[in-house]
Amino acid sequence: MITAAVLPFVAGAFGLALLFAVYRLVVGPAPVDRVLALDTMYVNAMALLIVVGIALGDAVYFEAALLIALFGFISTVAASRYLLRGSVVE
Amino acid sequence: MNELPLALDLLIASLLVAGAFFALVGAFGLAKLSDFMKRLHGPTKATTLGVGFSLLASIAWFTWSGHSTWRELLVTLFVFITAPVSAHLLVKAALHSGSQARPPQVPERPKSPERPEA
Repeated sequence: MITAAVLPFVAGAFGLALLFAVYRLVVGPAPVDRVLALDTMYVNAMALLIVVGIALGDAVYFEAALLIALFGFISTVAASRYLLRGSVVE
Repeated sequence: MNELPLALDLLIASLLVAGAFFALVGAFGLAKLSDFMKRLHGPTKATTLGVGFSLLASIAWFTWSGHSTWRELLVTLFVFITAPVSAHLLVKAALHSGSQARPPQVPERPKSPERPEA
């Protein structure tokens, strides 16, 4: 099976992408860079969860991916609103 | 579990590899590029495309294996709708704090004296 042979490399690529985002999260000069790195991290973590779901043949991982997408978007919006206005809810 | 047909196997594997490639390129751009506005390109375009490819692969996989739902399509739609919105908000935040985002790049200039406009 080609997919089964390819899956570890795909998971490794997404993990490497997560590491790049962690580097930007640690180094990134401006607070906006760190928010962007967190945004990238949740998107990559979601993709990694989907790959794990394919590897294990379990559809439950989609619920987790959907939850990560929802909470990641809301946290990005909240963080960038905080950087923009100084408060999340006015 | 019985064996995947070869064509579907190839399709899923190539979608996964394309997705991993785009996500890796996007994250590498995020780590490598010099300016925030340049860095924004990686995650907002390449990584979104990468996640879209892997979601397509998993739609194909779970449709074949029997328990197909609309959730995969929901995640894809959600990611493709929310990524531009969060990118727009981040750009607004970066423009708002633009004067604070500039200073880290200033020390880079003296390194390249052969630059024509410098």
